[in-house]
Amino acid sequence: MIDIQMIAVVVLIALGISAAVLKRNMIKVVMGIGVMGSGVNLFLVSMGYVEGGVAPIFTNTPNLTMVLATPQALTLTSIVISLAVTALMLSFSVMIYSKYGSIDTRKRRLKE
Amino acid sequence: MIDAWLEFCSQNAPALVIAIPLIAAFATPLFSRISEKVRNIWVVLSLLATFRVTATLLHNVLDNGQVVYTLGASVPSLTAPDGFPFRIILQADAMSAFMAIISVSMALIVCIYSFRFMGKKSGLDKYFALLLVMTAGMIGLVTTGDLFSMFVFLELLSVASAAMIAYYSKGESAEAAFKYMVVSSIGALMILFAAGMLYGQYNLLNIAGLAGVIEFTLIDKMALVLLFSAFALKCGAVPLHMWVSDAYGEAPAPVSAFLVVASQAGLYALFRISFTLFGGLPGIATMGWAMIIFGLLSMFVGVTMAIPQKDIKRLMAYHAVSQTGYMLLGVGVGLAVINDMGSLALFGKSAMEGGIFHVINHAMYKGLLFLTAGAIIYRTGTKNLNEMSGLAHTMPLTTIFFIVGALSIAGLPPFNGFASKLMIYESVFLFNPLFAVIAMVVSILTLASFVKVFHSAFMGPKVSKSAKGGEVPLSMWFVMGILAVLIIFFGIFPDVMLDNLVTPAVDALLNQAGYIGGVI
Amino acid sequence: MNEGMSAIVKTMSVLLIMPMTIFGMYVIIHGHLTPGGGFPGGAVMATMMAMLFVAFGAEKSKKFLGKGSLSTIESLGLLAFAAVAFIGIQATFFSNFLANSASYFGMSISYGPNPGYLNSGGVLPLMNLAVGIEVFAAITAIVLVMLTYREEKS
Repeated sequence: MIDIQMIAVVVLIALGISAAVLKRNMIKVVMGIGVMGSGVNLFLVSMGYVEGGVAPIFTNTPNLTMVLATPQALTLTSIVISLAVTALMLSFSVMIYSKYGSIDTRKRRLKE
Repeated sequence: MIDAWLEFCSQNAPALVIAIPLIAAFATPLFSRISEKVRNIWVVLSLLATFRVTATLLHNVLDNGQVVYTLGASVPSLTAPDGFPFRIILQADAMSAFMAIISVSMALIVCIYSFRFMGKKSGLDKYFALLLVMTAGMIGLVTTGDLFSMFVFLELLSVASAAMIAYYSKGESAEAAFKYMVVSSIGALMILFAAGMLYGQYNLLNIAGLAGVIEFTLIDKMALVLLFSAFALKCGAVPLHMWVSDAYGEAPAPVSAFLVVASQAGLYALFRISFTLFGGLPGIATMGWAMIIFGLLSMFVGVTMAIPQKDIKRLMAYHAVSQTGYMLLGVGVGLAVINDMGSLALFGKSAMEGGIFHVINHAMYKGLLFLTAGAIIYRTGTKNLNEMSGLAHTMPLTTIFFIVGALSIAGLPPFNGFASKLMIYESVFLFNPLFAVIAMVVSILTLASFVKVFHSAFMGPKVSKSAKGGEVPLSMWFVMGILAVLIIFFGIFPDVMLDNLVTPAVDALLNQAGYIGGVI
Repeated sequence: MNEGMSAIVKTMSVLLIMPMTIFGMYVIIHGHLTPGGGFPGGAVMATMMAMLFVAFGAEKSKKFLGKGSLSTIESLGLLAFAAVAFIGIQATFFSNFLANSASYFGMSISYGPNPGYLNSGGVLPLMNLAVGIEVFAAITAIVLVMLTYREEKS
C-alpha cells in the first residue's frame, strides 16, 4: 500500500536534488533546494494526516477528533527557515552577479 | 541578593545559555547605533555572562549528572506530564556542557580578537550580532534534547556562518558562502526528513524518548544513514569535505577560527545520534567502522591536499579536515567495540577519551593557528605564502605562537596535541596496528607541511611588502597568548582536563540509559 | 527604476495600502484563533512594502526608509519576543504566564468548540505581534537591499 502523496514526495525531492546538482545557473540551484524543501515539507505534513481528523483549532470547529499539530508546526518552522536560506542564497547570487557579471557556476571558480 | 541571583541562574542555566547570546545578538544593532565602544563593551559583557552561566551549567552537570529543562512547562523538571515528552526539552549531560564551554570560550577569544582585526570596516554591528547568533546556535545544538530543535539550531548556525563567510563581500567569499549554504541546506533537509521518518513511526521527536522506544526497523536504519551522513557533512569528514576549504579559506580569519568550533558542534551531533539515539542498535558497530573509515580518509586526504596549498588559510583548512579525522577515528574505535565490554574497557574507552580530548585541543590549537594566519594577513595583506617572507624579524610574538600551534597540531611533546594523539595511537594500536601507523604518518606529514609554512612565511630575508608595521596590536596577541599558554598547560598537565572534563564526557556519551532516564 | 512606474500603478498601489495593511494586521492579531500568525501576517505587510518599492522605485523609497531604521525595528521586534519569553522565567523560560490569569489575554475558556475569543491565548498574541513586527521589517529590508544592491555598488 503506497500513499499517493509519497510518490509526489519522491518526485519533488529527486527533482530538487537533480536541479541542485546538475544545473549551472545559480538561481536554478536555489530553486532546486526550494523544491527539495517542499518535498520534505509535504512528507512531514502527510505524516501528520489523520483520516477524519480536524485541525486543532477550536474556533468554529466541528466536534470531531483533532490531530496532533506537531508535524504542522515542524512544517511551518521549516518554511520560515527555508525563507531565510533562500533569501541568503539569492543575496549571494546577486553579489556574485555584480562581481563577475554572470551567475553561471562554470564561469569562475575558486582557485585550486 | 547575589546568592538568590546565582541560584536563579543555576536553576535556569540550560535556557539562559541559549537565551543570553540570542538576546545580546538582537540588541547589538541597537547598541551600535549609540557608539562603537558601547557595542564592543556590550558584546564582551554578554559573552562573559554566557561564559559564567555555562560554567555554572558545567558545574551542575559534573556534580549532579545531567540537567533537564523543559521549555514552557510549569516546572523545569516536568519533562513528560503524561508519560509523553511533547514539549521542547533541553538536556545537558557532561558531553553537552563540555562542548558548550568550548564554544563560548572560543566565542570570547574570537570576539576580542575581532575588535582590532576588523578595525573600522562597515557592517560590524551585523558581524558581532552574527557572532553571537553563531554562539547561540552552537550552544543550542549541543544542549537540545530534541531532534527537531537540532535541525533548527543547525540551520541557525549555518545561516549565521554563511553570512559571516561572505562578510568581505568579495566574489570568492560569496562563492564560498553560496557553496556552504547549498551543501548545508541539503544536509539540513536530510535531517528534517529523517526526523519525519522517526516521527511518523513513534510520534516522538525527543531523542531520549525515541531512544527508549525505537525498534530499529528498516526505516529507522534509513533515518540513521541520513542523519549520519548529514552530520558527517557538517563536521567536514572527507567524502563530504568540499565546502571546508572554501569556507575556512575565504572567511575572515577570526571567523575561520570560530567555524572550527561550529564543525565540532556537528561532530557532537554525530556522536549523540550514534551513541544515544541508535546506541542500542545491534549492528551499531558497523557504524563505528563507517566512522573509522571516514576518519582515516579525512586524515589522509586532508593532509595530502594540504601539502601543495599556497594559500595559508586554505592550507590550514585542509589540516582542519585532517585533524577531524583523528576525532572520528578515536570515537569510531569506541563505537566499533561498544558491544564488547572487554575491548571497550581495555582500549575502546581510552580511544574515545583521546578523540574527545582531541576536540578541545583542536579547538585551541587550530583556533590559534587561524588567528596567527589572521595576524599575518593583518600586517602583510596577503594570504599567499609565496609573497611572505621574513616575518619573524618584525612579528616575534606571532612567530612564537605559530610555532606553538604548529608543533601542537603535529603532535609533538609537550603540547596538548601530543597528549591526545598519544592516547589515540596507543588505544587504536590495540584495535588495529595499521590504523595507528596511518595516524602517525599523517602526523609526520602535518609536521612537514607546517615546517614548509614556517620556512616560507617567517624565515628568510625581509621582503619590503611584508615588512610594513611591526607586531600586531595588544588585544590581538593577548588572546593568542592565552591560547598558547593553555596549549602548553594542557600539554604538560593533560590529567587536569582528562579527569575533570573529558572522562565525564565520555562516560555520559556511553551512558545511554542515563540519558533516556533523564526524560522518561 | 528611479522614477518608478506609471501614474496608474502608483495610484492603485496607494489605494491598496490600506486593505493590505489591515489584512496583515488581521492575520497577526487573530494568530492564536485562526490559521496564520506573526509570520504570515508580517509577510503580507512586507508584500505591501515590496509593492510600493516596485511602484515608486526602490531608490526613491530608500530615501524615506533606510536600512538602519528597518534594522532597528527588527531588533525591537526580536527583543520584544525574547522579553516576553523571559518574563515567563518565574516558572520556566517561554512559559505562558498570562493564560487563564484573568488579566490581559487571560480569559479562561472551557474546553470545546467556541466562536473564538480574542481576549485569550496568554502570551501568544504578544509573541505573534512581536514576530509580525520582526518579519515585516526583515522581509522589507531583504527586498530593499536586493532591489538596490547594484546601485549601491556603482
